[in-house]
Amino acid sequence: MGFFPDELDRVDGRAKVTGTAQFAYEYNIPNVAYGVLVGSTITKGTITDLDTKSAERAPGVIGIISHLNIPKLPGYEPPKDAETLPPIRKGFKPFENNMIRFNGQPIAIVVGDTFERAVYAASLVKAQYQKEEYHTDLREEIKNAKPLEGNSYKDYVRGEADAWKNAPVKIEAEYEIPYEVHLPMELHGITVVWDGPDKVTVYEKTQTLSGTQGSIARIFGLPANNVHVITKYVGGAFGSAGNTWPHSIAAVIAAKQLQRPVKLSLSRDQMFMMVGYRPKAIQKIGMGTSQDGKLIGITHEAIANTASYAEFREGIVNTSRSLYACPNVNTRYKVYPLDLSLPTYMRGPGETTGMYALECAIDEMANALKMDPLEFRLLNYSETDPERNRPHSSKFLREAYQKGSDAIGWKDRNLKIASMKEGEWQVGYGMGTGVFGSGRGAAKLGVKFLADGTLILQSGVTDMGPGTSTAMTKLASETFGIPAGKIKFEMGDSDLPPGPGQYGSQTTSALGSAVSDASNSWRQKLVDVAKQISFFHTEKIHTADIKDFKFENGFIILAEEPTKKLAYGELLNYAGVKQIELLEDSQRVSLDKYSTYAYAAHFVKVLVHPATGVIRFSKIVSVVDGGKIVSENTARSQVIGGVVSGIGMALTEEGIIDHRYGRWVNNNFADYHVPVHADVPHIEVLFVNKPDPIVNPIGTKGIGEVTMVGFPAAVANAVFHATGKRIRELPITLDKLV
Amino acid sequence: MINFDYVKPSTQKAAIDALNKDATSQFIAGGTNLVDLMKRGVTAPQKLIDITNLPLKTIEQQKGFIRIGALALNSDVAENDLINKKLPLLTQALKAGASPQLRNMATIGGNMMQRTRCAYFYDLTMPCNKRQSGSGCGALHGYNRMHAIFGASDKCIAVHPSDMCVALTVLDATVVINSSKGDRRIPFADFHRLPGTTPEKDNNLQRGEMITAIEVPDNDAFAKNSLYVKIRDRASYAFALVSVAAALDIKGNTIQNARLAMGGVAHKPWRLTVAENFLKGKILSVENFKQAANIAMKDAKGFGHNNFKLKLAPNTIVQTLKTVSGLS
Repeated sequence: MGFFPDELDRVDGRAKVTGTAQFAYEYNIPNVAYGVLVGSTITKGTITDLDTKSAERAPGVIGIISHLNIPKLPGYEPPKDAETLPPIRKGFKPFENNMIRFNGQPIAIVVGDTFERAVYAASLVKAQYQKEEYHTDLREEIKNAKPLEGNSYKDYVRGEADAWKNAPVKIEAEYEIPYEVHLPMELHGITVVWDGPDKVTVYEKTQTLSGTQGSIARIFGLPANNVHVITKYVGGAFGSAGNTWPHSIAAVIAAKQLQRPVKLSLSRDQMFMMVGYRPKAIQKIGMGTSQDGKLIGITHEAIANTASYAEFREGIVNTSRSLYACPNVNTRYKVYPLDLSLPTYMRGPGETTGMYALECAIDEMANALKMDPLEFRLLNYSETDPERNRPHSSKFLREAYQKGSDAIGWKDRNLKIASMKEGEWQVGYGMGTGVFGSGRGAAKLGVKFLADGTLILQSGVTDMGPGTSTAMTKLASETFGIPAGKIKFEMGDSDLPPGPGQYGSQTTSALGSAVSDASNSWRQKLVDVAKQISFFHTEKIHTADIKDFKFENGFIILAEEPTKKLAYGELLNYAGVKQIELLEDSQRVSLDKYSTYAYAAHFVKVLVHPATGVIRFSKIVSVVDGGKIVSENTARSQVIGGVVSGIGMALTEEGIIDHRYGRWVNNNFADYHVPVHADVPHIEVLFVNKPDPIVNPIGTKGIGEVTMVGFPAAVANAVFHATGKRIRELPITLDKLV
Repeated sequence: MINFDYVKPSTQKAAIDALNKDATSQFIAGGTNLVDLMKRGVTAPQKLIDITNLPLKTIEQQKGFIRIGALALNSDVAENDLINKKLPLLTQALKAGASPQLRNMATIGGNMMQRTRCAYFYDLTMPCNKRQSGSGCGALHGYNRMHAIFGASDKCIAVHPSDMCVALTVLDATVVINSSKGDRRIPFADFHRLPGTTPEKDNNLQRGEMITAIEVPDNDAFAKNSLYVKIRDRASYAFALVSVAAALDIKGNTIQNARLAMGGVAHKPWRLTVAENFLKGKILSVENFKQAANIAMKDAKGFGHNNFKLKLAPNTIVQTLKTVSGLS
């Protein structure tokens, strides 16, 4: 191993696999009590009576809080325009009133001295309801109701709208994705300790410490700093921990009211309605080309759902405007409120949904043209961004296509549909493109360099699994020139300098830029120290600046007299300086001269059994153009994770609601099928690994989301190639093929 | 979870006495299903009688049959040399079930006693005649993709979830049952029930009885050509949409005897006796297999989401017969 290893093992790996990593629910606070939520059993209406008497008498019960006895909270004060607010703007706060807005909505929190006693007592809380008519079926709602209105839903038109209709070759198709539920391994949990009447510490599963801090501070009318948020480890989140959800607020309220630390974990079935989900979406794409396959027009329409009490929207149709060179593009996006809990972001939010449809349509178009789908994509490759008329900061999608098609053996693919076989199995090759915006957000980073050569980096960021601590350690090792073993990355605490929220594939870009910038600031500080000590004294030293020093292999060296060199730590010792401290304030950069995207090219080879419809992967290759890859070990894991999520979306995952009751039917891991190991073949992960010269000083574009975007389409396209059956409704379960 | 008492007797007699003494008591072995049911509030025994100390784990060859103790673990049976050699169909079915972790806990007797996985059975707010007699069948007009196509009633369209039981049906096993009155035996095919008007009863085990063993005839001819095929929504850890257990006694090109059963299609393992009789004496051919499958599907009925089983089931029968006879 060299001074800077090419690969760094996960710095938190040992803690995670040995069980010493503490997750939000696992803090053992003295005298802690256990909160359990009671959920409504109707979908819409009002609570007319809530009987908590027998629950209160149950053994071990400490208290029960509901709309009947919730304390007065500043954040619950109705806004001045409350009377005139439409329902969609009213929001939902736990126990705010007696209204029921979705089935399973928390109507009370029961706190007991043990988890089991609290669960039992919760089962004794009985509610009477006045039921109202509800709507949970998106297709019915489209027929009978109106979508939300507003600026965000303005149609986009470039060139002529619906131009595809007049093209010589054209296709039109409708695609549907079901509800995809957030089910990370770690259930959402929180542990709350009030340190005084106006100071609280929460151990919370979150992707944003400052977001959690702000949400809780607003509810209780506290200064943000009085809310201390600790999130040392997150067991997967994928967007589910971007919000501070009602169950967390309920736990904080209960702990304050009962003057006792409280911890609360959702159960698996509660995850279906408490932490968001990827909304159901119905999309229509029209596409037309010239006879020789040049795109003339694309129309992409999407309809998705939100909750009745708040608006959720995402960029489902946006990337269709710019991925391909096409003179006429128009998009429409509509959202219908349903009596369900609020959807939220899920890996590649919007893009994953939208690119599923677009990349299937591209395949359908290529098939209509009798053209190879890869050739068709290359023929319509956009060299510059046709939506904004500006260059890409970098776009190495062509290289990604090349690498991926080589690795999967795309040249062996027979253009003819349903023509390839291995034994009884039908063989299909499919591809899909991923695209996701990149950028550089703000991040503050604390730096301490000690005389023993230890570098401590501090950021109020969380690591939900992508390997942020590992990537930052590796990047710091490279940019500071300090061995990884001497670097400590401290994170997961809102008392640390605020880092970026972990979403939008932006952590590495924002925080990595701060690390990179901090290394420059730190070298400047070293120079400042060096100039003060006799060791480096020369006649011109007072005019020397950073350029007059070299920094190599852990030494600061005077360029003119290379024998004058000191190890960084030695320099501090020599100068009698205990440590160098600095706070890097890395700013958000707006890049309006360039379009900035990361890309992925997914290639799959599937086997489909004609008699039973069983689908198996023979091979998967995913190539990512994410700019410079900072930490290949963890980046590879990210791609594998994105692909596995994509397998689930393509083949198995579907949240099902029985509209007669408005309840989730398959609300457990036995019935909601995420892929298991046996479903996942070897995944070949390749990187273009060329730095983006514009986005940030480290050249990385972010990879978390783009690894999933486009993958479900690759599977659907491969199934079509294998069987001639075009399944336009995910997931592609075998019943759709027999 | 509601509080309950827990005892762990060390003799069979003590266990059965304990059961008889308390009408709300229930045996527990691996608990892989019962604990879930208790957590969800579907069932609430006031006393659990843990029988895992009882000496009922032996797997042994006896004259003409193999006896498997009711407390033998699914994983131990699946890895047992005698079973692998003499009853490979049982091995295959066991390995198709659940996950290794669950098989390490689950027992043979417990596997037979597991309840349906119908979602309406598990959600206390929804109707289910099996859970609460007279409340209605939620699945009948609800989400019924996993549900029965054979032998259902308007009271219940749930399926029995076991893979192992499908194999044991085909293998003509016998269930050995003990109670204070002594031993009795039930042919495996008669152990589980159809829902009829009493869907709350999954099987014919009476109050006060304990399954102590399974006796499976060893039939070398069937052992040579037997296969369990399970079609499910993912490659592992999912219940069968349709499964087929087949055993053929083949001489030359002719089927001397056939045994066929399906899982995931009825309230009990669904033995295909008429199709078996059809195959008897027939030559091995895809045409004959298709006819057998057609015969097997007589009286099949879909309920909407599960209509695909009407096609998947015969396809799977043909596929299984093709594979087991070497025609594929």
